Amino acid sequence: MGLYEISLATGVGIYIILAVSLNLITGYCGQISLGHAAFYGIGAYTVALLSKMGWPMYLTLGAGFLLAGIVGTIIGLASLRVKEDFLAIVTMGVAFLFVGIVRQQEFLGGEMGISGIPSHGMSKPEYLALVFGFVVLSILFSWYLKRSWMGFAFDAVADDEKTAQVLGLDIKAYKLTAFAMGTALAGLAGGLYAYYTRFIVPDTFGFIESVTILSMVAVGGIGSIFGVVIATILLVLMPEFFRFINDYRLLLYGVLLFSVMRFAPQGLSGFFRYFVKRKEG
Amino acid sequence: MSAILLAESVTVKFGGVTALDNVHMAVEEGEFLSLIGPNGAGKTTLLNTITGGVTPVTASLSLGGKDITRLSTHHRIKLGLALTHQIVRPFQSMTVQENVAFAAGYKKVRQILSSFASVNRAREMKKAMEFLHMLGIEQYKDQEVSKLPLGVLKRLEVARALAIEPKVLLLDEPLAGLNSQEAGKLADTVKSISLKGMTIVMIEHNLSEVLRVSDRLHVLDNGRNLAQGEPAAVMNQPEVRAAYLGS
Repeated sequence: MGLYEISLATGVGIYIILAVSLNLITGYCGQISLGHAAFYGIGAYTVALLSKMGWPMYLTLGAGFLLAGIVGTIIGLASLRVKEDFLAIVTMGVAFLFVGIVRQQEFLGGEMGISGIPSHGMSKPEYLALVFGFVVLSILFSWYLKRSWMGFAFDAVADDEKTAQVLGLDIKAYKLTAFAMGTALAGLAGGLYAYYTRFIVPDTFGFIESVTILSMVAVGGIGSIFGVVIATILLVLMPEFFRFINDYRLLLYGVLLFSVMRFAPQGLSGFFRYFVKRKEG
Repeated sequence: MSAILLAESVTVKFGGVTALDNVHMAVEEGEFLSLIGPNGAGKTTLLNTITGGVTPVTASLSLGGKDITRLSTHHRIKLGLALTHQIVRPFQSMTVQENVAFAAGYKKVRQILSSFASVNRAREMKKAMEFLHMLGIEQYKDQEVSKLPLGVLKRLEVARALAIEPKVLLLDEPLAGLNSQEAGKLADTVKSISLKGMTIVMIEHNLSEVLRVSDRLHVLDNGRNLAQGEPAAVMNQPEVRAAYLGS
Protein backbone atom coordinates (compact mmCIF):
# COMPACT_ATOMS: atom_id res chain seq x y z
CA MET A 1 0.00 0.00 0.00
CA GLY A 2 1.46 3.34 -1.06
CA LEU A 3 1.07 6.59 0.85
CA TYR A 4 -1.75 7.69 -1.47
CA GLU A 5 -3.75 4.52 -0.84
CA ILE A 6 -3.14 4.77 2.91
CA SER A 7 -4.32 8.36 2.91
CA LEU A 8 -7.39 7.41 0.84
CA ALA A 9 -8.24 4.49 3.12
CA THR A 10 -7.92 6.74 6.19
CA GLY A 11 -10.38 9.19 4.62
CA VAL A 12 -12.78 6.35 3.82
CA GLY A 13 -12.54 5.11 7.41
CA ILE A 14 -13.40 8.56 8.82
CA TYR A 15 -16.39 8.81 6.48
CA ILE A 16 -17.58 5.34 7.53
CA ILE A 17 -17.62 6.43 11.19
CA LEU A 18 -19.45 9.59 10.16
CA ALA A 19 -22.06 7.74 8.09
CA VAL A 20 -22.57 5.09 10.80
CA SER A 21 -23.07 7.91 13.32
CA LEU A 22 -25.79 9.54 11.21
CA ASN A 23 -27.34 6.13 10.66
CA LEU A 24 -27.95 5.90 14.43
CA ILE A 25 -30.06 9.06 14.32
CA THR A 26 -31.70 8.90 10.91
CA GLY A 27 -31.59 5.20 10.13
CA TYR A 28 -32.34 3.65 13.50
CA CYS A 29 -34.43 6.31 15.21
CA GLY A 30 -36.00 7.88 12.10
CA GLN A 31 -34.94 11.46 12.93
CA ILE A 32 -33.86 13.28 9.80
CA SER A 33 -30.76 15.43 10.25
CA LEU A 34 -29.43 17.86 7.67
CA GLY A 35 -26.87 19.37 10.02
CA HIS A 36 -24.75 16.39 10.98
CA ALA A 37 -21.52 17.92 9.65
CA ALA A 38 -21.78 20.58 12.39
CA PHE A 39 -21.05 17.90 15.02
CA TYR A 40 -18.24 16.56 12.84
CA GLY A 41 -16.94 20.13 12.91
CA ILE A 42 -17.33 20.47 16.70
CA GLY A 43 -15.16 17.37 17.11
CA ALA A 44 -12.58 18.67 14.64
CA TYR A 45 -12.36 22.16 16.15
CA THR A 46 -12.20 20.81 19.71
CA VAL A 47 -9.34 18.50 18.80
CA ALA A 48 -7.54 21.22 16.83
CA LEU A 49 -7.68 23.71 19.71
CA LEU A 50 -6.82 21.26 22.47
CA SER A 51 -3.99 19.62 20.58
CA LYS A 52 -2.48 23.04 19.94
CA MET A 53 -2.68 23.61 23.69
CA GLY A 54 -0.58 20.49 24.13
CA TRP A 55 -3.24 17.97 25.15
CA PRO A 56 -2.40 14.35 24.27
CA MET A 57 -4.23 12.81 21.30
CA TYR A 58 -6.51 10.41 23.16
CA LEU A 59 -7.71 13.14 25.52
CA THR A 60 -8.42 15.52 22.63
CA LEU A 61 -10.36 12.80 20.79
CA GLY A 62 -12.32 12.05 23.97
CA ALA A 63 -13.06 15.77 24.45
CA GLY A 64 -14.26 16.10 20.82
CA PHE A 65 -16.47 13.05 21.28
CA LEU A 66 -17.97 14.41 24.52
CA LEU A 67 -18.45 18.02 23.43
CA ALA A 68 -20.15 17.01 20.16
CA GLY A 69 -22.40 14.64 22.13
CA ILE A 70 -23.30 17.35 24.67
CA VAL A 71 -24.09 19.94 21.98
CA GLY A 72 -25.97 17.23 20.04
CA THR A 73 -28.10 16.52 23.11
CA ILE A 74 -28.87 20.23 23.55
CA ILE A 75 -29.83 20.53 19.85
CA GLY A 76 -31.82 17.31 20.27
CA LEU A 77 -33.70 18.88 23.20
CA ALA A 78 -34.58 21.86 21.04
CA SER A 79 -35.66 19.55 18.23
CA LEU A 80 -38.02 17.43 20.34
CA ARG A 81 -40.99 19.63 19.55
CA VAL A 82 -40.65 19.17 15.79
CA LYS A 83 -40.47 16.20 13.48
CA GLU A 84 -40.17 15.18 9.84
CA ASP A 85 -39.95 18.24 7.50
CA PHE A 86 -39.72 20.69 10.40
CA LEU A 87 -36.92 18.69 12.03
CA ALA A 88 -35.08 18.72 8.69
CA ILE A 89 -35.32 22.52 8.60
CA VAL A 90 -34.21 22.90 12.24
CA THR A 91 -31.18 20.66 11.70
CA MET A 92 -30.39 22.46 8.44
CA GLY A 93 -30.34 25.65 10.53
CA VAL A 94 -27.79 24.02 12.84
CA ALA A 95 -25.50 23.42 9.86
CA PHE A 96 -25.64 27.07 8.79
CA LEU A 97 -25.41 28.32 12.37
CA PHE A 98 -22.24 26.32 13.04
CA VAL A 99 -20.41 27.64 9.98
CA GLY A 100 -21.72 31.16 10.65
CA ILE A 101 -20.49 31.17 14.25
CA VAL A 102 -17.09 29.61 13.47
CA ARG A 103 -16.43 32.13 10.68
CA GLN A 104 -16.90 35.01 13.13
CA GLN A 105 -14.67 33.69 15.91
CA GLU A 106 -11.06 34.77 15.88
CA PHE A 107 -9.99 32.07 18.34
CA LEU A 108 -11.39 29.48 15.91
CA GLY A 109 -9.39 30.96 13.04
CA GLY A 110 -12.39 32.60 11.34
CA GLU A 111 -12.57 32.10 7.57
CA MET A 112 -8.96 30.89 7.49
CA GLY A 113 -9.61 27.98 9.84
CA ILE A 114 -6.96 26.38 12.01
CA SER A 115 -3.66 25.25 10.56
CA GLY A 116 -0.60 23.70 12.11
CA ILE A 117 -2.53 21.13 14.09
CA PRO A 118 0.13 19.01 15.83
CA SER A 119 0.90 15.60 14.41
CA HIS A 120 -0.65 12.51 15.98
CA GLY A 121 2.87 11.20 16.34
CA MET A 122 2.21 7.97 14.45
CA SER A 123 3.29 6.75 11.06
CA LYS A 124 0.57 6.88 8.37
CA PRO A 125 -0.05 3.10 8.45
CA GLU A 126 -0.33 3.25 12.26
CA TYR A 127 -2.83 6.09 12.05
CA LEU A 128 -4.79 4.13 9.44
CA ALA A 129 -4.85 1.18 11.86
CA LEU A 130 -6.13 3.49 14.62
CA VAL A 131 -8.89 4.88 12.39
CA PHE A 132 -9.91 1.37 11.33
CA GLY A 133 -9.90 0.31 14.96
CA PHE A 134 -12.51 3.03 15.58
CA VAL A 135 -14.37 1.98 12.40
CA VAL A 136 -14.65 -1.59 13.70
CA LEU A 137 -15.74 -0.38 17.14
CA SER A 138 -18.36 1.92 15.58
CA ILE A 139 -19.74 -0.87 13.42
CA LEU A 140 -19.78 -3.34 16.33
CA PHE A 141 -21.49 -0.78 18.55
CA SER A 142 -24.05 -0.07 15.83
CA TRP A 143 -24.61 -3.80 15.24
CA TYR A 144 -25.09 -4.50 18.95
CA LEU A 145 -27.40 -1.50 19.35
CA LYS A 146 -29.65 -2.75 16.55
CA ARG A 147 -30.04 -6.09 18.34
CA SER A 148 -30.64 -4.63 21.79
CA TRP A 149 -34.00 -3.56 23.17
CA MET A 150 -32.85 0.00 22.65
CA GLY A 151 -32.63 -0.78 18.92
CA PHE A 152 -36.09 -2.35 19.11
CA ALA A 153 -37.39 0.86 20.74
CA PHE A 154 -35.67 2.98 18.06
CA ASP A 155 -37.50 0.88 15.42
CA ALA A 156 -40.79 1.66 17.14
CA VAL A 157 -40.03 5.40 17.33
CA ALA A 158 -38.97 5.44 13.67
CA ASP A 159 -42.14 3.59 12.62
CA ASP A 160 -44.74 5.51 14.60
CA GLU A 161 -43.94 7.82 17.52
CA LYS A 162 -47.55 8.14 18.65
CA THR A 163 -48.07 4.39 18.87
CA ALA A 164 -44.73 3.92 20.63
CA GLN A 165 -45.86 6.53 23.16
CA VAL A 166 -49.19 4.82 23.91
CA LEU A 167 -47.25 1.62 24.54
CA GLY A 168 -45.49 3.44 27.36
CA LEU A 169 -42.26 4.40 25.61
CA ASP A 170 -40.58 7.62 26.67
CA ILE A 171 -39.96 8.67 23.09
CA LYS A 172 -38.23 11.93 24.03
CA ALA A 173 -35.61 10.05 26.02
CA TYR A 174 -34.97 7.65 23.15
CA LYS A 175 -34.72 10.43 20.57
CA LEU A 176 -32.29 12.33 22.77
CA THR A 177 -30.22 9.20 23.28
CA ALA A 178 -30.01 8.67 19.51
CA PHE A 179 -28.94 12.31 19.05
CA ALA A 180 -26.36 12.05 21.85
CA MET A 181 -24.81 8.83 20.53
CA GLY A 182 -24.84 9.83 16.86
CA THR A 183 -23.44 13.31 17.39
CA ALA A 184 -20.75 12.08 19.81
CA LEU A 185 -19.59 9.57 17.21
CA ALA A 186 -19.57 12.33 14.58
CA GLY A 187 -17.38 14.34 16.98
CA LEU A 188 -14.94 11.44 17.12
CA ALA A 189 -14.86 11.31 13.31
CA GLY A 190 -14.19 15.07 13.30
CA GLY A 191 -11.30 14.64 15.72
CA LEU A 192 -9.76 11.92 13.57
CA TYR A 193 -10.20 14.19 10.56
CA ALA A 194 -8.39 17.06 12.30
CA TYR A 195 -5.35 14.85 12.95
CA TYR A 196 -5.62 13.44 9.43
CA THR A 197 -5.49 16.77 7.55
CA ARG A 198 -3.87 18.93 10.31
CA PHE A 199 -5.70 21.88 8.77
CA ILE A 200 -9.40 22.64 9.03
CA VAL A 201 -11.66 25.35 7.59
CA PRO A 202 -15.32 26.07 8.39
CA ASP A 203 -16.69 25.18 4.94
CA THR A 204 -15.59 21.55 5.37
CA PHE A 205 -18.37 21.20 7.95
CA GLY A 206 -21.14 23.02 6.13
CA PHE A 207 -24.52 22.09 4.75
CA ILE A 208 -23.05 20.44 1.66
CA GLU A 209 -21.05 18.05 3.81
CA SER A 210 -24.22 17.23 5.78
CA VAL A 211 -26.01 16.36 2.53
CA THR A 212 -23.02 14.26 1.47
CA ILE A 213 -23.22 12.22 4.68
CA LEU A 214 -26.98 11.87 4.32
CA SER A 215 -26.46 10.63 0.72
CA MET A 216 -24.19 7.88 2.03
CA VAL A 217 -26.82 6.75 4.52
CA ALA A 218 -29.70 6.98 2.05
CA VAL A 219 -27.89 5.26 -0.81
CA GLY A 220 -26.76 2.46 1.50
CA GLY A 221 -30.23 1.94 2.85
CA ILE A 222 -31.50 3.87 5.85
CA GLY A 223 -30.94 1.74 8.94
CA SER A 224 -28.66 -0.86 7.31
CA ILE A 225 -25.08 -0.97 8.64
CA PHE A 226 -23.87 -3.14 5.77
CA GLY A 227 -25.49 -0.94 3.10
CA VAL A 228 -24.25 2.29 4.66
CA VAL A 229 -20.64 1.04 4.84
CA ILE A 230 -20.68 -0.14 1.21
CA ALA A 231 -22.31 3.08 -0.01
CA THR A 232 -19.78 5.19 1.91
CA ILE A 233 -16.85 3.31 0.38
CA LEU A 234 -18.35 3.66 -3.12
CA LEU A 235 -19.25 7.32 -2.79
CA VAL A 236 -15.88 8.33 -1.34
CA LEU A 237 -13.81 6.28 -3.78
CA MET A 238 -15.77 6.94 -6.97
CA PRO A 239 -14.59 10.54 -7.44
CA GLU A 240 -11.03 9.37 -6.71
CA PHE A 241 -11.00 6.64 -9.33
CA PHE A 242 -13.00 8.52 -11.93
CA ARG A 243 -11.51 11.98 -11.77
CA PHE A 244 -14.06 13.53 -14.12
CA ILE A 245 -16.75 12.68 -11.52
CA ASN A 246 -15.01 14.88 -8.96
CA ASP A 247 -16.10 18.02 -10.77
CA TYR A 248 -19.69 16.85 -10.63
CA ARG A 249 -19.52 15.24 -7.17
CA LEU A 250 -22.28 17.32 -5.63
CA LEU A 251 -24.50 16.83 -8.65
CA LEU A 252 -23.89 13.09 -8.45
CA TYR A 253 -24.77 12.97 -4.74
CA GLY A 254 -27.87 15.03 -5.35
CA VAL A 255 -29.03 12.81 -8.21
CA LEU A 256 -28.29 9.66 -6.19
CA LEU A 257 -30.16 11.00 -3.17
CA PHE A 258 -33.17 11.96 -5.27
CA SER A 259 -33.14 8.66 -7.20
CA VAL A 260 -32.93 6.55 -4.05
CA MET A 261 -35.74 8.47 -2.32
CA ARG A 262 -37.92 8.29 -5.42
CA PHE A 263 -37.23 4.82 -6.82
CA ALA A 264 -35.54 2.66 -4.17
CA PRO A 265 -36.19 3.98 -0.65
CA GLN A 266 -34.40 0.99 0.88
CA GLY A 267 -31.17 1.76 -0.99
CA LEU A 268 -28.45 -0.80 -1.66
CA SER A 269 -29.54 -3.00 1.24
CA GLY A 270 -33.02 -3.14 -0.32
CA PHE A 271 -31.53 -4.35 -3.62
CA PHE A 272 -29.48 -6.93 -1.74
CA ARG A 273 -32.51 -8.27 0.13
CA TYR A 274 -34.52 -8.32 -3.11
CA PHE A 275 -31.90 -10.46 -4.89
CA VAL A 276 -31.48 -12.78 -1.89
CA LYS A 277 -35.26 -13.30 -1.78
CA ARG A 278 -35.38 -13.98 -5.54
CA LYS A 279 -32.56 -16.50 -5.20
CA GLU A 280 -34.32 -18.22 -2.30
CA GLY A 281 -37.70 -18.07 -4.05
CA MET B 1 -67.05 -1.95 43.31
CA SER B 2 -64.80 1.14 43.12
CA ALA B 3 -63.90 3.50 40.28
CA ILE B 4 -60.56 2.46 38.83
CA LEU B 5 -60.63 5.26 36.27
CA LEU B 6 -62.16 8.62 37.04
CA ALA B 7 -62.40 11.58 34.67
CA GLU B 8 -64.02 14.65 36.23
CA SER B 9 -64.79 18.15 34.96
CA VAL B 10 -63.13 17.48 31.61
CA THR B 11 -63.30 20.50 29.33
CA VAL B 12 -61.38 20.52 26.06
CA LYS B 13 -61.32 23.33 23.50
CA PHE B 14 -59.81 23.25 20.03
CA GLY B 15 -59.44 26.92 19.14
CA GLY B 16 -62.92 28.33 19.58
CA VAL B 17 -64.67 24.95 19.46
CA THR B 18 -65.59 23.27 22.73
CA ALA B 19 -65.03 19.55 22.14
CA LEU B 20 -65.79 18.47 25.72
CA ASP B 21 -67.76 20.54 28.21
CA ASN B 22 -67.48 19.57 31.87
CA VAL B 23 -67.66 15.82 31.18
CA HIS B 24 -67.58 13.30 34.03
CA MET B 25 -66.95 9.61 33.54
CA ALA B 26 -66.27 6.91 36.13
CA VAL B 27 -65.22 3.38 35.23
CA GLU B 28 -65.66 0.64 37.81
CA GLU B 29 -63.00 -2.03 38.24
CA GLY B 30 -63.67 -5.07 36.06
CA GLU B 31 -66.59 -3.57 34.13
CA PHE B 32 -67.09 -3.37 30.37
CA LEU B 33 -68.15 0.20 29.68
CA SER B 34 -69.10 1.37 26.19
CA LEU B 35 -68.68 5.04 25.39
CA ILE B 36 -71.17 5.94 22.70
CA GLY B 37 -72.58 8.99 20.97
CA PRO B 38 -73.01 10.50 17.53
CA ASN B 39 -70.02 11.54 15.42
CA GLY B 40 -68.36 14.60 16.92
CA ALA B 41 -69.70 13.88 20.40
CA GLY B 42 -66.15 13.96 21.82
CA LYS B 43 -65.64 10.24 22.55
CA THR B 44 -62.15 9.92 21.03
CA THR B 45 -61.20 13.31 22.49
CA LEU B 46 -62.16 12.02 25.96
CA LEU B 47 -60.01 8.89 25.55
CA ASN B 48 -57.13 10.97 24.20
CA THR B 49 -57.46 13.32 27.16
CA ILE B 50 -57.32 10.36 29.53
CA THR B 51 -54.14 9.03 27.87
CA GLY B 52 -52.54 12.47 27.63
CA GLY B 53 -52.70 12.88 23.86
CA VAL B 54 -54.94 15.95 24.23
CA THR B 55 -54.35 18.72 26.77
CA PRO B 56 -57.59 19.77 28.49
CA VAL B 57 -58.54 23.25 29.65
CA THR B 58 -59.71 21.74 32.92
CA ALA B 59 -59.75 18.12 34.08
CA SER B 60 -59.18 15.92 37.05
CA LEU B 61 -58.08 12.43 36.08
CA SER B 62 -57.24 9.53 38.33
CA LEU B 63 -56.27 5.93 37.75
CA GLY B 64 -56.47 3.45 40.60
CA GLY B 65 -56.85 6.36 43.04
CA LYS B 66 -53.71 8.10 41.76
CA ASP B 67 -53.92 11.55 40.19
CA ILE B 68 -52.65 11.32 36.60
CA THR B 69 -53.83 14.74 35.38
CA ARG B 70 -50.36 16.21 34.99
CA LEU B 71 -48.50 13.08 33.95
CA SER B 72 -47.07 12.55 30.47
CA THR B 73 -48.58 9.88 28.22
CA HIS B 74 -45.90 7.28 28.86
CA HIS B 75 -46.22 7.73 32.63
CA ARG B 76 -50.00 7.20 32.43
CA ILE B 77 -49.44 4.07 30.35
CA LYS B 78 -46.94 2.78 32.90
CA LEU B 79 -49.58 3.22 35.61
CA GLY B 80 -51.92 0.88 33.75
CA LEU B 81 -53.64 2.40 30.72
CA ALA B 82 -53.61 0.92 27.21
CA LEU B 83 -55.17 2.40 24.10
CA THR B 84 -55.97 0.99 20.67
CA HIS B 85 -56.43 3.34 17.75
CA GLN B 86 -59.52 3.87 15.64
CA ILE B 87 -57.32 3.63 12.53
CA VAL B 88 -54.92 0.72 13.00
CA ARG B 89 -51.30 1.73 13.52
CA PRO B 90 -49.08 -1.35 13.49
CA PHE B 91 -45.30 -0.90 13.43
CA GLN B 92 -44.65 -1.39 9.71
CA SER B 93 -41.04 -2.56 10.03
CA MET B 94 -42.00 -5.42 12.39
CA THR B 95 -43.78 -8.70 11.90
CA VAL B 96 -47.04 -9.42 13.71
CA GLN B 97 -45.22 -11.28 16.49
CA GLU B 98 -42.58 -8.57 16.85
CA ASN B 99 -45.31 -5.92 17.17
CA VAL B 100 -46.71 -7.72 20.20
CA ALA B 101 -43.30 -8.79 21.55
CA PHE B 102 -42.17 -5.16 21.64
CA ALA B 103 -45.19 -4.29 23.76
CA ALA B 104 -44.62 -7.38 25.95
CA GLY B 105 -41.10 -6.14 26.65
CA TYR B 106 -42.38 -2.85 28.07
CA LYS B 107 -40.39 -3.33 31.28
CA LYS B 108 -37.14 -3.64 29.31
CA VAL B 109 -37.60 -0.32 27.52
CA ARG B 110 -38.70 1.71 30.56
CA GLN B 111 -35.11 2.66 31.34
CA ILE B 112 -32.67 3.66 28.63
CA LEU B 113 -29.72 1.86 30.20
CA SER B 114 -31.55 -1.40 30.78
CA SER B 115 -32.86 -1.31 27.19
CA PHE B 116 -29.26 -1.03 25.99
CA ALA B 117 -28.10 -3.88 28.19
CA SER B 118 -30.92 -6.27 27.17
CA VAL B 119 -30.66 -8.26 23.97
CA ASN B 120 -32.64 -11.45 24.44
CA ARG B 121 -36.17 -11.31 23.00
CA ALA B 122 -37.06 -14.99 23.37
CA ARG B 123 -39.28 -14.62 26.43
CA GLU B 124 -41.22 -11.70 24.94
CA MET B 125 -41.61 -13.51 21.60
CA LYS B 126 -43.06 -16.46 23.49
CA LYS B 127 -45.34 -14.22 25.51
CA ALA B 128 -46.45 -12.50 22.29
CA MET B 129 -47.63 -15.88 21.00
CA GLU B 130 -49.96 -16.20 24.00
CA PHE B 131 -51.64 -12.89 23.14
CA LEU B 132 -51.78 -13.73 19.42
CA HIS B 133 -53.41 -17.01 20.37
CA MET B 134 -55.88 -15.20 22.66
CA LEU B 135 -56.90 -13.00 19.71
CA GLY B 136 -56.88 -15.92 17.26
CA ILE B 137 -54.21 -14.55 14.91
CA GLU B 138 -51.24 -16.77 15.80
CA GLN B 139 -51.09 -18.10 12.22
CA TYR B 140 -50.04 -14.63 11.00
CA LYS B 141 -47.09 -14.33 13.43
CA ASP B 142 -44.32 -14.13 10.81
CA GLN B 143 -46.16 -11.97 8.32
CA GLU B 144 -45.40 -8.37 7.46
CA VAL B 145 -48.23 -6.16 8.67
CA SER B 146 -48.51 -4.25 5.39
CA LYS B 147 -49.99 -7.31 3.70
CA LEU B 148 -52.63 -8.17 6.30
CA PRO B 149 -56.39 -7.57 6.12
CA LEU B 150 -58.07 -5.07 8.45
CA GLY B 151 -59.68 -7.79 10.55
CA VAL B 152 -56.27 -9.19 11.53
CA LEU B 153 -54.83 -5.73 12.15
CA LYS B 154 -57.73 -4.81 14.44
CA ARG B 155 -57.01 -7.93 16.48
CA LEU B 156 -53.31 -7.14 16.44
CA GLU B 157 -54.06 -3.72 17.97
CA VAL B 158 -55.90 -5.42 20.84
CA ALA B 159 -53.19 -8.08 21.31
CA ARG B 160 -50.50 -5.40 21.44
CA ALA B 161 -52.45 -3.30 23.95
CA LEU B 162 -53.00 -6.37 26.17
CA ALA B 163 -49.30 -7.21 26.03
CA ILE B 164 -48.43 -4.17 28.17
CA GLU B 165 -50.60 -5.75 30.90
CA PRO B 166 -52.86 -2.74 31.55
CA LYS B 167 -55.35 -2.23 34.36
CA VAL B 168 -57.74 -0.46 31.97
CA LEU B 169 -58.01 -1.21 28.25
CA LEU B 170 -59.30 1.68 26.12
CA LEU B 171 -60.58 0.56 22.72
CA ASP B 172 -61.35 3.17 20.07
CA GLU B 173 -63.81 1.68 17.57
CA PRO B 174 -62.27 -1.79 17.40
CA LEU B 175 -65.13 -3.06 15.21
CA ALA B 176 -65.13 -0.20 12.67
CA GLY B 177 -64.62 -1.38 9.10
CA LEU B 178 -65.28 -5.03 9.88
CA ASN B 179 -68.14 -7.01 8.36
CA SER B 180 -70.86 -8.23 10.71
CA GLN B 181 -69.33 -11.68 11.10
CA GLU B 182 -65.84 -10.34 11.89
CA ALA B 183 -67.31 -7.68 14.18
CA GLY B 184 -69.32 -10.26 16.09
CA LYS B 185 -66.31 -12.53 16.57
CA LEU B 186 -64.05 -9.70 17.73
CA ALA B 187 -66.77 -8.44 20.09
CA ASP B 188 -66.96 -11.97 21.55
CA THR B 189 -63.18 -12.03 21.99
CA VAL B 190 -63.17 -8.64 23.72
CA LYS B 191 -66.04 -9.80 25.96
CA SER B 192 -64.10 -12.94 26.89
CA ILE B 193 -61.12 -10.72 27.86
CA SER B 194 -63.50 -8.64 29.98
CA LEU B 195 -64.85 -11.75 31.69
CA LYS B 196 -61.30 -12.63 32.74
CA GLY B 197 -61.34 -9.44 34.84
CA MET B 198 -59.98 -6.77 32.51
CA THR B 199 -61.58 -3.32 32.83
CA ILE B 200 -62.58 -2.16 29.35
CA VAL B 201 -63.77 1.16 27.95
CA MET B 202 -64.86 0.81 24.33
CA ILE B 203 -65.91 3.49 21.87
CA GLU B 204 -68.11 1.85 19.25
CA HIS B 205 -70.80 2.76 16.73
CA ASN B 206 -71.97 -0.82 16.17
CA LEU B 207 -74.92 -0.59 18.54
CA SER B 208 -76.09 -4.20 18.27
CA GLU B 209 -72.65 -5.43 19.40
CA VAL B 210 -72.40 -2.70 22.03
CA LEU B 211 -75.71 -3.73 23.57
CA ARG B 212 -74.74 -7.39 23.41
CA VAL B 213 -71.38 -7.18 25.21
CA SER B 214 -71.42 -4.08 27.44
CA ASP B 215 -72.12 -4.00 31.17
CA ARG B 216 -72.86 -0.29 31.11
CA LEU B 217 -73.15 2.60 28.62
CA HIS B 218 -71.93 6.15 28.87
CA VAL B 219 -73.43 8.49 26.27
CA LEU B 220 -71.90 11.76 25.09
CA ASP B 221 -73.56 14.28 22.82
CA ASN B 222 -72.01 17.53 21.58
CA GLY B 223 -69.24 17.23 24.13
CA ARG B 224 -71.60 16.84 27.09
CA ASN B 225 -72.70 13.93 29.29
CA LEU B 226 -76.09 12.77 28.10
CA ALA B 227 -76.76 9.55 29.97
CA GLN B 228 -75.15 6.56 31.60
CA GLY B 229 -76.31 3.29 33.08
CA GLU B 230 -77.44 -0.22 32.17
CA PRO B 231 -77.53 -0.61 28.34
CA ALA B 232 -81.22 -1.33 27.74
CA ALA B 233 -82.33 1.38 30.17
CA VAL B 234 -80.01 3.96 28.59
CA MET B 235 -81.18 3.19 25.08
CA ASN B 236 -84.80 3.62 26.19
CA GLN B 237 -84.20 7.19 27.34
CA PRO B 238 -85.92 9.55 24.87
CA GLU B 239 -83.05 12.08 24.86
CA VAL B 240 -80.57 9.32 23.97
CA ARG B 241 -82.78 8.05 21.16
CA ALA B 242 -83.23 11.60 19.89
CA ALA B 243 -79.54 12.50 19.99
CA TYR B 244 -78.01 9.23 19.01
CA LEU B 245 -80.60 7.58 16.81
CA GLY B 246 -82.28 10.70 15.51
CA SER B 247 -85.71 9.46 16.51
